[in-house]
Amino acid sequence: MEILAFYAFAAITVIASLLVVGQGNPMHSVMLLIVSFGALAGLYVLLDAPFTAVTQIIVYAGAIMVLFLFVVMLLNVPREEAVAPAISALLGPTGMRLGVVLSVLLAVEVVWALSRVGIGWFTQGTSAASVSSVALIGNSLFTRHAFAFEATSVLILVAMVGAVVLAGRERH
Amino acid sequence: MSWLPTPTVIAQLGLIFVVFNMLVLSAAFMVWMERKVCAYIQDRSGPNRVGFEGLLQPFADVFKLLLKEQLKPKAADTILFVLAPLVSTTAAFAAFAVVPFGTETTLFGLLDQAIPLEITDVNVAVLVIFAITSMGIYGIVLAGWSSNSKYSLLGGLRSAAQMISYELSYGLAIAAVIMMAGSLSLREIVMNQSGTWLGFIPRWYIFLQPLGFLIYLTAGVAETNRAPFDFPEAEQELVAGYHTEYSSMSFAMFFLAEYVNMVTVSAVATSLYLGGWLGPFLPDWLGWVWFLFKVFLILFFYVWMRWTLPRYRYDQLMEFGWKWLLPAAVLNLFATAALVLWIG
Repeated sequence: MEILAFYAFAAITVIASLLVVGQGNPMHSVMLLIVSFGALAGLYVLLDAPFTAVTQIIVYAGAIMVLFLFVVMLLNVPREEAVAPAISALLGPTGMRLGVVLSVLLAVEVVWALSRVGIGWFTQGTSAASVSSVALIGNSLFTRHAFAFEATSVLILVAMVGAVVLAGRERH
Repeated sequence: MSWLPTPTVIAQLGLIFVVFNMLVLSAAFMVWMERKVCAYIQDRSGPNRVGFEGLLQPFADVFKLLLKEQLKPKAADTILFVLAPLVSTTAAFAAFAVVPFGTETTLFGLLDQAIPLEITDVNVAVLVIFAITSMGIYGIVLAGWSSNSKYSLLGGLRSAAQMISYELSYGLAIAAVIMMAGSLSLREIVMNQSGTWLGFIPRWYIFLQPLGFLIYLTAGVAETNRAPFDFPEAEQELVAGYHTEYSSMSFAMFFLAEYVNMVTVSAVATSLYLGGWLGPFLPDWLGWVWFLFKVFLILFFYVWMRWTLPRYRYDQLMEFGWKWLLPAAVLNLFATAALVLWIG
């Protein structure tokens, strides 16, 4: 039963993500991305991490995608423009080949890194209770991972200041 | 006979069936109550032809809508146009799944093992409600966009902006309650409110969180798009807003979703601030009567407010949400956190 649910959610996630890229209509892309996020939340539930699942829905599928929709609706682009052929060197044959080489390198690197650290690296220090209990998540977030947490919030603040500066530039 | 479902499973399925139908019926009742209260406020008598005092009027309306032709604008985006009312209604019903409305019961000894009167007790219940509510926005936004009409689009855009703005205050008000209860499960939050102060004041969170309750109610009105915050469907400016192009049952589904959402917001408010099914005089197993009564009071307040207050202006709504309600909610959260730390 659990295996079936896993494969169902995994299939939905992968297929929806592929369709996101393949859509010509940005609105449909956004909707498919939400489907993909929802299936991902299902996978978190299967991993006994309901808090992560719900946060995934609230933050990604809820808040961020609504903003995406908002922008798409405001611009109201019914169809994405087909990319004009070879406007820059990056999209030319040389650039394309370079991109292929880079992505192959990335795949090799990821496989190599994963095989080196082994599966044990991911499971160390985490138990089922530590991802399902909100109190434990809070504790480890504000003690063990306090620096990463604060650094992330500063990063978001920088993005916010940047947006304000960009929006306010025209007035001065 | 091991393939037969156990009595507990049957009772659970029965419970789901009952809750679903009660939600539909409560929406029908709300439509009737709204028209009746509105009529009395405006010195009319309201629906009084179909059934006793017009009680069957909502059903007559539903049959009328069922028999209407289903229209779709030629330039509409078919998939999303059909999907939008489904998303709205599903989200509205799903949110109620984690709301508890009574103590544990064995149904007068029919079951070996007591089942709680709620569909499911998730340990992150409050967040689940929050997540499902945020999904409900998509129904409205998609309806606005896919109809390919300027009124619908404006209605959808307004609704997205309004719901994002008020969701923050809504969440912060709830967070203060969560801090006091020390739990995310609605059942535990309700149980934390049992008992009394000085023997007669119930230990409800409304007395500890009066500001939080006001913020929750205000944000709840904005979240459910009700007057005086009903901008997504402001008739004078936008015809009918996001559901301008909808007819027949797909319109009825938006209508249903709106009323079910109201019921859910009121039920959650009852659990968070008014002690859920807890109340004096009645025995424990009749707690759901108290629950229904409190939910009814909040719903009546909703209707009362709609027919008393005029609609705000859109910029006033945004200014109020960001410059007044959100700071108030943040202050409330800080004060609560400090008090919880101080008292322990």
